[in-house]
Order: sequence, then C-alpha cells, then structure tokens
Amino acid sequence: METTQLIYAVTGALIIGLGLSAALRDEPLLARIIAINIAGVGVFLLFVAIAYRGFGQTADPIPHALVLTGIVVAVAASGLAIAINRRLHHDSPSGDGPAEDSSA
Amino acid sequence: MSWMLIDLTLCISLLILAVAALYARGLQQRVVFFIAFGLLCAIAWARLNAPDLALAEAAIGAGLTGALLLSALNDETDPQPPLTQPRLGRLLTTAITALLTLALCAAVVTLFPLHEGIAIQQLQQQMPHAGVVHPVTAVLLNFRAWDTLLELAVLLCAALTVLNLAPARPVTAHDSPLTGMLTRILLPLLTVTAGYLLWTGAHAPGGAFQAGAVLAAATVVLRLNNNPGFTHLRVGALRALLALGLLLFLGVGLLQTVLGGAFLQYPPSTAGFLILLIEAGAMLSIACMLSLVYLGGHLHPHWPCHAPSNGVDTWKRHS
Amino acid sequence: MTASFFIWLAALLIGLGTAVFALGTLAIWRLPDCYCRLHALTKIDNLGLGLLALGLALLQPDWIDGVKIVTIWLLLLCSSATTGPLIAQRAIEEQTR
Repeated sequence: METTQLIYAVTGALIIGLGLSAALRDEPLLARIIAINIAGVGVFLLFVAIAYRGFGQTADPIPHALVLTGIVVAVAASGLAIAINRRLHHDSPSGDGPAEDSSA
Repeated sequence: MSWMLIDLTLCISLLILAVAALYARGLQQRVVFFIAFGLLCAIAWARLNAPDLALAEAAIGAGLTGALLLSALNDETDPQPPLTQPRLGRLLTTAITALLTLALCAAVVTLFPLHEGIAIQQLQQQMPHAGVVHPVTAVLLNFRAWDTLLELAVLLCAALTVLNLAPARPVTAHDSPLTGMLTRILLPLLTVTAGYLLWTGAHAPGGAFQAGAVLAAATVVLRLNNNPGFTHLRVGALRALLALGLLLFLGVGLLQTVLGGAFLQYPPSTAGFLILLIEAGAMLSIACMLSLVYLGGHLHPHWPCHAPSNGVDTWKRHS
Repeated sequence: MTASFFIWLAALLIGLGTAVFALGTLAIWRLPDCYCRLHALTKIDNLGLGLLALGLALLQPDWIDGVKIVTIWLLLLCSSATTGPLIAQRAIEEQTR
C-alpha cells in the first residue's frame, strides 16, 4: 500500500512541477491553460494518493470530495480564462471589436 | 508485484503524456495529448479506489475540458503573443520551479507512512446519521456542505461572467447523417444516465457533479450538430436555472435554522430526501453552468439586456 | 467442469483481444498515412474491444454485469462507426484544400 501511494504521490509532485514550469513560459494562452490544468491534475493525484487505503479498502472520502469540487472548478476557471481572452481580443484595436456593448 | 508493474507503467505514461501535452509542437497536438492524459488519469483514479473521481475526470476533466479546448482552438486569437521573456527570466523561473518540485518530492517522500487521522474515525461514527450510504456524497452534501455551497457560488460567478462577456463561440458543425444518428442514440442515453447517476449517488459512486457533467455533454453533442435547442430558453429561465442549485441549497440550509437546528444541519430522518432535493437542483444548475462555459458566452445577441427573446433569431455571429 | 471451461474461454478471448490491441498499436505507429492508421484504429475499437468485452463478460459471476459490459461495447461500436468516417472526411477535406 505504501509503495503504491508513494509511486502515485511522487508522480503527482512531478506533474505539478512540469505543469508549473510550463505555465510560466511565454506561450499562447491556450497552452498555459493546458499547463495550469495539468498542474491541477498533479495536485489531485497527490490528494488521491494520500487518500488511498490499500487494495479493497475504502479510501478516505474527504480528499475525494475536495478533488471532485476541484475538477469542476478547474473547468469553470479554464472556460472563464478563454472567454476573457476572447473578449480582450474583440476589444483590442487590432480586433474588430464586439458588435454591441455586452458588458452591462 | 504485478500491480506495481501496472502502477509504474501508468505513472510513467502519465508523465510522458504530460510532457507531450506541454511541449508538443502544435497547439492542436497538445490539446489531443491533454485529453489522452485526462483519460489515463481516470484510469489511475479507478486504480486508487476513487470511482467518483474517475467518472468526474472522464466526463469533465477529459471530456468537457477537451471539448472546450478544441473549440477554443478555432478562436481567432493571435497564435503567438508578441512578448518574449528575457533569457535570464526564463532561466530563473525554470530554476525556481525545479527547486520547488524537488522540495515537493522530498516532502511527499517524508509524508509516508501516513498516520490515520481522527477525521476518518469521526466520519465513520457519523455515517449512520448522514442520510446517504456513499461516503463521498455524505462528505460533499452533509458533513462539508459549506464547501459545496460555496463551490456552487464560485461556479455561478464564473458562469455569469462568461454569460456577460461575449457572444457564444461560432461553431463549425457538420450536418452529416451519421452524426445525426449518433445524436439520436446518445441524447436519450445521456439524459437517462444523468438521472441514474443522480439517484445512485446516495449509495454508490455518482452524484450531482457527474450527472450535471453528463447533461452538459448532451449540450455539447447538440451544439456540434448545429442544433439550436438551447436558444429557445429565455434569458430569465436560464438565469433561474443557473441560480436554482444555490438557492435550493441556501433555502434548505436556512429552513433548518428556522426549525431550530444549525445552518445546513439536516435531521437524520429527512437528510436523505433533502440531499436528493439539493442534488437535483445542483445537477440542473451545474449542467447549465458547464454548458455555458463550453459555449463561451451568451447564445442570443439580446440575452444580456432585458429584451425578451423569442428564440426566433438564429445563431448570430459577431465579427 | 463448465466453470473452468468458461474461465479458459475467457482467458483465450482476453488474450486474443490484447493481441489485437498490441498489433493495432504497432500498426498505428508504423503505417504511413492517416487512412491506413484509421483502418487500424477502427479494427482495434471493434474487434479488440469486442473480444475483451466478451471475455470479461464471461468472467462476471452475475449475468447482468456481463450484459452491461457487452452494452458498453455496442455503444462504442456506434461511436467509432461515427468518428471513423468523420475523421476520414476531415482528412480528405484537408488534402483537397
């Protein structure tokens, strides 16, 4: 049980590092959103590894509930980032701007 | 031993896919690798006895996020930002993140063996009063209902912001007979699956989040078929649906204070029913929120204002 | 007697399914263009998964679980029958453009 936990937890930590370093690079926004999402999955993996209680045993449900909310919030945050990016592009002088003022 | 082989293979594949999703040449490849990464994660969570998370990850993490990223690829934003980091800055960020990762790995290694906390013992003592048998649902909607309530509020904020930011993303849909057939098979199945997941959440993996995600997937399928089903909703109805989950949650919580209990503390006799009620509302709201986040904005040009929309206008593209 | 026969049959089916998956993966890796790879992919989806599903269905102690597994395979047949032509269509469009 401990080795399993250790394997997945270390993988989670490595994925966090990978995602974080990629999120800080100068890349298109979509690539950085992917990077943040991957770092998030690394955090989830760490949590789920900590919650694991061995083969056939019920795992600790509290980290599971936290990760479940985290997954949903992650997709909402990604969608929000993409929407804000689109709006910025619409409003920028090079873009053609929104057809009507929808910020009200 | 054979399990350890599977664990190692899975973890190494996860790391390789993560690197591929972060460093592949084109954005499109990265998105596809990210979806594969999400699906493999779902397998990892099924392996780690977290079937709720495996369901949620397959539906939301890989499915909806993947659909969102794929459709965002078509956004007409500039592919490369003009700013470039100076060399020193890049070196510094790499060094710092490498140090952080090393520290994190060291911390993780010293973390084990874990000591069984008192939290899980308390949880097992309280489970008979939870109203549901499935521990994850009990934690989400009873023991830590505050967290879920506030999470719904966060989701509502995100959905409302997306709704008011911009018109929905234009979609390039194929109207082929094949996809039409698949839609006719999938839509009823998705709806029934959502209802099943909602009901089964009381005693088995499932619940409002997974059910809402499956319903949102139905919207994605409809949208990809260029079906304007969603536009027939008036903006008021959409707003009501968005707020329903949060309002129901708050209402049930406040009712308990009126009846003499504490906020969000259900009496054990009615807890099961109340949780199902809250989850049904939350499922509808979550489905609407996730659909909106996928669509990327309001569907109707008049939506953000109070002008009544009769659903007569077809998709209008602002550009 | 019959129980061990079913287990052996299931093992055979699962082994065959795994072999199809291995061969298909090799094909996706080695084949030259999109259409050939698509051909390999649909074979994995239909045949490999079907063999695996049948083998796993035989192993279930409760017959209803076996029916569920076979249903999953049928659903996947529908989706792969749809996505295969769509990918091919897109590839043709990109080639002629």
